[in-house]
Amino acid sequence: MPEEFEPRVVAFFCNWCTYLAADLAGTSRLKYAPNARIIRVMCSGRVDPQFVLEALAEGADGVLIGGCHPGDCHYQSGNYKALRRFLLLRRMVVQLGIEPERVHLEWISAAEGDRVRAVIDKMVADLKRLGPRRPVLGVAS
Amino acid sequence: MKPKVAFYWCASCGGCEEAVLDLYEDLLAVLDAIEIVFWPVALDFKEHDFAAMPEGSVDIAFVNGAIRTSDQKHMATLLREKAKVVVAFGACAQLGGIPGLANLTTAEEILHDVYGDAATMPQTEYREDGVSLALPELFDQVLPLDRVVPVEYYVPGCPPTPNIIQSAIGALLSGLAPVRGSVLAPDHALCEECPRKATRPVDLAIERLRQVHEQLIDSETCLLAQGVPCLGPATRAGCGTRCIRGNMPCTGCFGPTGRVRDYGGKALSAIASILSADEEQEIGRILEGLPDPAGTLYRYSLPSCSLTRKPEYTHVGRNGKPAESNHH
Amino acid sequence: MLAATENQQNRITIEPVTRLEGHGRIELFLDAAGHVEHAYFQVPELRGFEKFVQGRPAEDMPQITSRICGVCPMAHHMAATKALDNLYQVTPPPAARKIRELIYHAFLVEDHALHFYFLGGPDFLVGPGAPAAQRNLLGVIDRVGAETVRRVIAVRRKLREVVEAVAGKAIHPVFGLPGGVAKPVTEEQARQAQAVSEEAVQFATFTLEIFEKLVLANPDYQSLIRSDAFAHQTYYMGLVDEQNHVAFYDGALRILAPDGHEWARSDPQRYQDYIAEHAEPWSYMKFCHLGPLGWHGLEEGPDSGIYCVAPLARLNASEGMATPMAGEAYLKFFGAMGGKPVHHTLATHWARIIEMLYAAERMRELSHDPEITDPKVRTIPTATPREGIGVVEAPRGTLIHHYQSDERGLITKANLIVATQNNAARIAMSIEKAARSLVSGRHVDEGILNMVEMALRAYDPCLGCATHSLPGGMPLRVDVHCQEGTVIATLRRDSDGTVRRE
Repeated sequence: MPEEFEPRVVAFFCNWCTYLAADLAGTSRLKYAPNARIIRVMCSGRVDPQFVLEALAEGADGVLIGGCHPGDCHYQSGNYKALRRFLLLRRMVVQLGIEPERVHLEWISAAEGDRVRAVIDKMVADLKRLGPRRPVLGVAS
Repeated sequence: MKPKVAFYWCASCGGCEEAVLDLYEDLLAVLDAIEIVFWPVALDFKEHDFAAMPEGSVDIAFVNGAIRTSDQKHMATLLREKAKVVVAFGACAQLGGIPGLANLTTAEEILHDVYGDAATMPQTEYREDGVSLALPELFDQVLPLDRVVPVEYYVPGCPPTPNIIQSAIGALLSGLAPVRGSVLAPDHALCEECPRKATRPVDLAIERLRQVHEQLIDSETCLLAQGVPCLGPATRAGCGTRCIRGNMPCTGCFGPTGRVRDYGGKALSAIASILSADEEQEIGRILEGLPDPAGTLYRYSLPSCSLTRKPEYTHVGRNGKPAESNHH
Repeated sequence: MLAATENQQNRITIEPVTRLEGHGRIELFLDAAGHVEHAYFQVPELRGFEKFVQGRPAEDMPQITSRICGVCPMAHHMAATKALDNLYQVTPPPAARKIRELIYHAFLVEDHALHFYFLGGPDFLVGPGAPAAQRNLLGVIDRVGAETVRRVIAVRRKLREVVEAVAGKAIHPVFGLPGGVAKPVTEEQARQAQAVSEEAVQFATFTLEIFEKLVLANPDYQSLIRSDAFAHQTYYMGLVDEQNHVAFYDGALRILAPDGHEWARSDPQRYQDYIAEHAEPWSYMKFCHLGPLGWHGLEEGPDSGIYCVAPLARLNASEGMATPMAGEAYLKFFGAMGGKPVHHTLATHWARIIEMLYAAERMRELSHDPEITDPKVRTIPTATPREGIGVVEAPRGTLIHHYQSDERGLITKANLIVATQNNAARIAMSIEKAARSLVSGRHVDEGILNMVEMALRAYDPCLGCATHSLPGGMPLRVDVHCQEGTVIATLRRDSDGTVRRE
């Protein structure tokens, strides 16, 4: 019986919203897939697209960015920048042969612990279906 | 004793050679100061002449072009063996260059596209009538020079500009060696030396991106402010902003500045951050004006993209020795 | 010092071929008596341009395809720009067309000068059997003097400065757009072009004089040029204007048969009616030939479809030059070589200088045209792009860019027929013939091997260009109509180049 593939997810969560939500999920003892390595950043706008590419290069099967809802950013417009970069990045990685499900952006506020659970569970399920990330070769745009 | 210098080209267009000739009258002074031992475009020394030279007897080897075939890897290795210093000259050697766009496809697809399924597709080995001929193998992907041999310095540009070439040669021959691994060009973004700098708004916000042919381009105003995707903010300076003076946007040929690991990722960030939209649909509409993100943002640097930098994708293992490739 | 190229039993390898653009290797196989049995010219490189431009915006093609070659980037840039005009069905304003032509002819002068003085020319200026260490631009300095070489450098610099002022960069220009050019020419730039073109005309005339003095006046070189070892009876192809004068930027495609009669004259957009490709397993460079005649191997003569492009071919395929001084030089050339067509490959060096003179005269004409400083240089395309063909004469031969795109203008298919490729078959024949004649049964030294390379160098080959990559020919069906309009025959060409009559 082949070992089931366990995807590795790198998650960049913003300090003021999503990271607190993940904390809340923890203190609420919510059960969800343990596949995500969470990295705390001060704002989703801190996430340089290079981080995402580097994470994928280092073996991540998926990358998740979590930030505050539009209008709620602690630094006012950081999450909008994250959204713009994310949308262009997703278009680009598709050209490089990476399935769009592997990069994901979610708005999760500090009170939404259950949302963290749902988002990570869904992402892990999607990635299990997709399988490990194939080498980036041989995909015409 | 004049320093011995070699110039060689791998998967190259010859533009870097022309760039050296574009030193014009200054070239004569350079030629006086050095002894060129190998330069196929201009001199008749053959490979066996170069191979016969003692190890380490060449002071500097300027190598341009990316690595695409087994032959080019062989020559890069030979140059590394004979030279004390190897300089990756030009965008192809530094980053993979425009031929690196072939990494969006495979060698097999290229061969089939070029030669069809013809019975006479080029072979790496051909034998007939007592004749045996070989052709080099096409690698699965294009590699920058430093993925096959260690490199001391980089001279950026497609091609490098005369001022950059002059100062690089000067620095290397001066006896005061620059920091190993450095790119021999200024380390700030092109915007800082752009003639249109004064017209760039403090809060640059792009409402619409359009391809150049879709609009008239004003010859004095910042190109980004006109909605033209210009990669100046993400690109290393030193070229004299020739393209901008030509009334066309920067396309990134000088590569990243020193603190950037992945040029395409940084260029993406530079453009996306300043779009004037906060809502997904609106952002998507603006991005329609950039229909080919990978081609535009990684035009010169796809082989140096983080995603393809892992050892298992190269023919060189982690210890610098050839690795068994699991892709063919 | 340099040793003679290694002899492995009965095999001689010349690697790499030098003083040309790109990578190449000549392999000679000798029999026991030392006669050349087989000669192969191998091009070991391939980059795959036609494949990796798929998915790129068409407007990027002038800058992407110029990276096929850094010696003749302007040729690709121009062919690509014209293909974009066609793709977007847009006509540039008159000033834009003149600006393109002005810059294109400036490029032609300096590129031909580069070849004559630094690439192929040293074989004659210094001597084919001279020591290898001298057969290069340094040896040229010794032979013609530092002052002359400084003049060559200065003229090339000034021409390329004009190109840079107008086109942004000399190596990998940026000014070509569908429907025009990126910016107008200023009064100051026009004056600069006027002064430089005047100097260019004088320089080209001077180059002709050098050629006459150092090459034509030398009986050894004369017999080399006229020798049978370097001659082939093939077809000749080039663009011509309405008066059948040599044309570089635009014109009709004219093909001359080996006996000198006009074999075809056509809109270059119909190039697929005439040009087909053939691949061999021992080279990445494919062999162009005239499709209707089929591939018969490396044979010359009227039944074989092998043809030739670039200076000698253009002079053969035309009936004169469009400017006065070049026109005179043209008549003198054919007078001295015994009429048309001239089959002697080494005469290409002479033809090249005549073209240099024409390009300089044409540049001068255009620089004085009052419309050259007109600010209207762009027509914005409005049509949906679909398919476009752009044809120019590159310094090294007929150059064709053919694109198909989706409605957003992203390239779906690209077909490039690149100058030197047209010459591939004739080059192979030239190398083999020269090798058989020069190497067989003699003591082979490095000078002899260089003379074999000379057969190649005369074509001013651009091997990076020739191996950009080229797909199999597009399948084609041609209906031949009689005057009343009835179809009297149908020819079909399959994607492997076979032509059948139905």
